[in-house]
Amino acid sequence: MAVLVLAEHSNSALNDATGKVLSAALAFGGDVDILVAGENARPAAEAASKLAGVRKVLLADGAPYGKPVAEALEALIVPLMGAYDALFAPATTNGKNAAPRIAARLDVMQISEITAVIDKDTFERPIYAGNAILTVRSSDAKKIVTVRGTAFPAAGAGSGAPIETVAVPSGPFASKFVREELSKSDRPELASAKRIVSGGRALASSDQFQQYILPLADKLKAGVGASRAAVDAGYAPNDYQVGQTGKVVAPELYVAVGISGAIQHLAGMKDSKIIVAVNKDEEAPIFAVADYGLVGDLFKIVPELTEKL
Amino acid sequence: MKVLVPVKRVIDYNVRPRVKPDQTGVDLANVKMAMNPFCEIAIEEAVRLKEKGIATEIVVVSIGPAQAQETIRIGLAMGGDRGILVQTDARTEPLSVAKIIRAIAEEEKPGLIITGKQAIDDDNNQTGQMTAALLGWPQGTFASAVIKDGDKLMVTREVDGGLQTVELSTPAVVTTDLRLNEPRFASLPNIMKAKKKEIAIKSPADYGVDITPRLSVVKVTEPKKREAGEKVADVDTLISKLKSAGAI
Repeated sequence: MAVLVLAEHSNSALNDATGKVLSAALAFGGDVDILVAGENARPAAEAASKLAGVRKVLLADGAPYGKPVAEALEALIVPLMGAYDALFAPATTNGKNAAPRIAARLDVMQISEITAVIDKDTFERPIYAGNAILTVRSSDAKKIVTVRGTAFPAAGAGSGAPIETVAVPSGPFASKFVREELSKSDRPELASAKRIVSGGRALASSDQFQQYILPLADKLKAGVGASRAAVDAGYAPNDYQVGQTGKVVAPELYVAVGISGAIQHLAGMKDSKIIVAVNKDEEAPIFAVADYGLVGDLFKIVPELTEKL
Repeated sequence: MKVLVPVKRVIDYNVRPRVKPDQTGVDLANVKMAMNPFCEIAIEEAVRLKEKGIATEIVVVSIGPAQAQETIRIGLAMGGDRGILVQTDARTEPLSVAKIIRAIAEEEKPGLIITGKQAIDDDNNQTGQMTAALLGWPQGTFASAVIKDGDKLMVTREVDGGLQTVELSTPAVVTTDLRLNEPRFASLPNIMKAKKKEIAIKSPADYGVDITPRLSVVKVTEPKKREAGEKVADVDTLISKLKSAGAI
């Protein structure tokens, strides 16, 4: 049995999500290869080759893969799948974008965002925004799976797997990458941050979000998140959103400031190790999942906390 | 340009889902149902394209039980022109739904299929991408802006690091994210008018699609409950608690 893992990377570096998908693939079993599809992506391939348990790394390096559209990944991966029994992709926006195209082309029903591997046909995944856990058995011969990174451990260091280059389709593809506007930040990225400070609607403006949340995050060396309400209101950019339809996080410490705790938000953070909630409404649902709750005015509490830490 | 909008009838997003004691699924008996919120955003976007003179006709499609007609009617009241219900009481999966939508698209020849990025019941996030792949069309998923530029579509997508823009040739598939638009409420006169709009009733067999599920449900269980902790009196207590827990 052989499994192909789709790497998440930035060409120059490997994203932590890759190692977690690898852990899920190793739990599934068989020989595990990692595909790095990129442009000038040898550094990412070298990092992937140093993960424990990898048989080999496939490097598909070419211009259309610098910022690959889903159609380009489909053209690359569908032919490769002849040699594999399963594709494990990260449940990142890249993985979610491409994996269902590959599944449809192979006539396979994908299993999305798994949180556990039970056996070679059976997986667990959250449904209804994490309000229920589905154990599902696939009757497809090949498995196409996306993996929720927070549910699996990071991979260990290995002794170095060989890197093989594979030919890349040159396109053109029916869609084309035009541009990207990425949030520039020196803070830890949400998916892998050990600590996260998130702000909600109670911040009441973009200025106050920055004035109160960012210094606390800096003091804690934390990533910054936001509730859907705060993002919808324009207090924080979309990629800060933690929740069912945003990012799912599980840091060591999650500080929820002025977040009431809608089901949608809880779905994205309730697996955090320690949750702190600051909210003026003592009935707010966030307190039902918080390890430490502080009822009061965030505009007084947060500066005091920032100063005393 | 004709626009096809597949929509799904799901549990109302305000209702807290309850797992059945026999672990066979989530209890939907006597639970309020509604249009999937992402599908509402898709209808709204189609209606706005029509208001801008870009869309010429909006066809609202649903695959589901007889009651999914009500969901299609909501879409028609928001501005859809006609509906197609592919009626089945069976559990459907994105792969078979995508095959049905492909067959409808081959008949209807839309320039754009726009649908929700995921349904809030199964959280699969697959149907749009699978439909695009089966048709061999480009896709713009998780859209927060859709702009027609000549015969191209410029789609801005919400991605992990921020925003990404892709250019699609048409016909194309677009899936909606939350911030694409704010769906309108259907007005009473429009709800009355929608009652007269045509909904064609079909079956999966009419499109030659086998909807036998590939995935079987072993069980559905409650997630691990998280115990509520304690309320602390002040910032100093919080800091000392966090220190003793090793969190800071």
